[in-house]
Amino acid sequence: MKKTIIPIGPYHPLQEEPEFFMLTVEGETVTDVDVQLGYNHRGIEKLSESKTYDQSVFVVERICGICSTSHPFAFVRAVEDIAGIEVPMRAKYIRTIIAEGERMHSHLLWLGLAGHFLGYNTVYMWVWKLREEILDVMEIISGNRNNYAMFRPGGVRRDINPDDIPLVLKKIDKIIPTLKMLFKAVRDDPVLHARTKGVGVLTKEEAIDYSALGPTSRASGVARDVRKDTVYGAYHEMDWDMIVTQNGDVFDKVVVRVLEMFESIKILKYCFLHLPDGEIDANVKNIPPGEGIGAHEAPRGETFHYVRSDGGNGPVRHKVRAPTFMNLPTYKATVKGAKIADASIILAAIDPCYCCTERMAVQTTRGRRLFDGRELIRLSQQKTAALKRKLGIDQTMLEKLTQGRL
Amino acid sequence: MMKRNDLLSEIQSRFKEDIIELFDKSSHRVYLEIRPGAIIRVAAYIFKDLGARFNIASGIDTRSHIEILYHFTVEAIDLLISLRVKLDRKKPVIDSLTPVCEAANWIEREIFELLGVQFTGHPELKRLLLSDQWPEKVYPLRRDYKEWDKTAVRDRGTK
Repeated sequence: MKKTIIPIGPYHPLQEEPEFFMLTVEGETVTDVDVQLGYNHRGIEKLSESKTYDQSVFVVERICGICSTSHPFAFVRAVEDIAGIEVPMRAKYIRTIIAEGERMHSHLLWLGLAGHFLGYNTVYMWVWKLREEILDVMEIISGNRNNYAMFRPGGVRRDINPDDIPLVLKKIDKIIPTLKMLFKAVRDDPVLHARTKGVGVLTKEEAIDYSALGPTSRASGVARDVRKDTVYGAYHEMDWDMIVTQNGDVFDKVVVRVLEMFESIKILKYCFLHLPDGEIDANVKNIPPGEGIGAHEAPRGETFHYVRSDGGNGPVRHKVRAPTFMNLPTYKATVKGAKIADASIILAAIDPCYCCTERMAVQTTRGRRLFDGRELIRLSQQKTAALKRKLGIDQTMLEKLTQGRL
Repeated sequence: MMKRNDLLSEIQSRFKEDIIELFDKSSHRVYLEIRPGAIIRVAAYIFKDLGARFNIASGIDTRSHIEILYHFTVEAIDLLISLRVKLDRKKPVIDSLTPVCEAANWIEREIFELLGVQFTGHPELKRLLLSDQWPEKVYPLRRDYKEWDKTAVRDRGTK
């Protein structure tokens, strides 16, 4: 059969971030895919090497707009690993609260988008309304809806006010019935079954070979969760379950994420009710020379930071590995043989986050900023004018035509 | 699953010739410096036989060498093994891990473009993140990297 190449991206209505996919199709079936990255490359690893440890936390917080706590969490763990710092218990609980709140809102965001990609906008609207409640909770305890700025090497920056806890618990309790209703709706809906069951299967062997992470691997029967495998935060203080399913299709990935939210609620409630007293910061002064590795189970899988210190006040090498970097290549395995209509939901099923994957950059030329807002507007206007000239669009005629109408 | 110390002594006896230094940092972190020529042997043993997960590789220019660390996690005993290889700065070449472990595919492409390391045997060694306009043989994570004039790239399409 004749082969056709379908380009998707770099800018496409279905993508929330710029990426380029080249799908090779025979008829309706996808036979190969080539992913081209780099449109979000910002040079954050290099940038972080010019900052101090305290400043780097804020830099890595801005790698991702959704899971903004995952990177600081992994980074501060890497710095603590270099110096062998023990974090106070109260700080560990606060870190866990922030991380789980983030997992809740990230999974809700994803579930909404998944509904949207399937053309099921009711799910999208419901879920995002529910997400607001979680964002309110995060705002009450940290002051921010996102980019919480709570972490620092050795502890956390801000304490949680005990007076806020009853209100927060009330808000969390309010979420549970809606979430249960939503789960039943997803579980019993025949349309969702038809669109997601048996679609985009990632086998267990493939998940291991690609070293897939987070919900992507857990939906394929690989029980892999940093929160269970490693002792950190407050995760070992309470009972909660790792959700593992066996089929590896899109439906299982939905199920894993929705059930994980119930576990997150369990962890959150325990942390709020059993928040220990004491210090919130170990007051770290100097970081000795050495290497450190930190990992954290982000909503999408393990975030991995490697930091090397030479004894100065900033890292000499800082490697950031976001979960999508490992999960996105599995798309090559899952999309082959799928129908082209399913290509977008199979991709969405790994919950890709490109700005994390590419991390990178504030560009400077001899100390001068290359871009600022005004510069970008000027460039955009120039380009529009050049295009208009090229296409021969008569501006005055258009203006005359629309006069009095706009 | 083997206990942590049994596992380490097993690795040590199996690859006696290849290991240059073993640094037992803490109960969950071990750094193993090995000869670059042995990377496939050692990594394949850790990844396939021990069932470890490939975390990532990280490259660094230390001015004297190009150093690559391959991080593996043995999840059952919560042990992170980092294999360290030191490559010649003038001509950094090493065997690709991609035939052994598909997960290494992208990171080798990234190290190739950012640090200029050649991975022999990689199925598709091309750029991952940098744009096509980025000049050849300019590696942004090298210590001797110099800013180049990006004006032409910035203004393309506006004239």
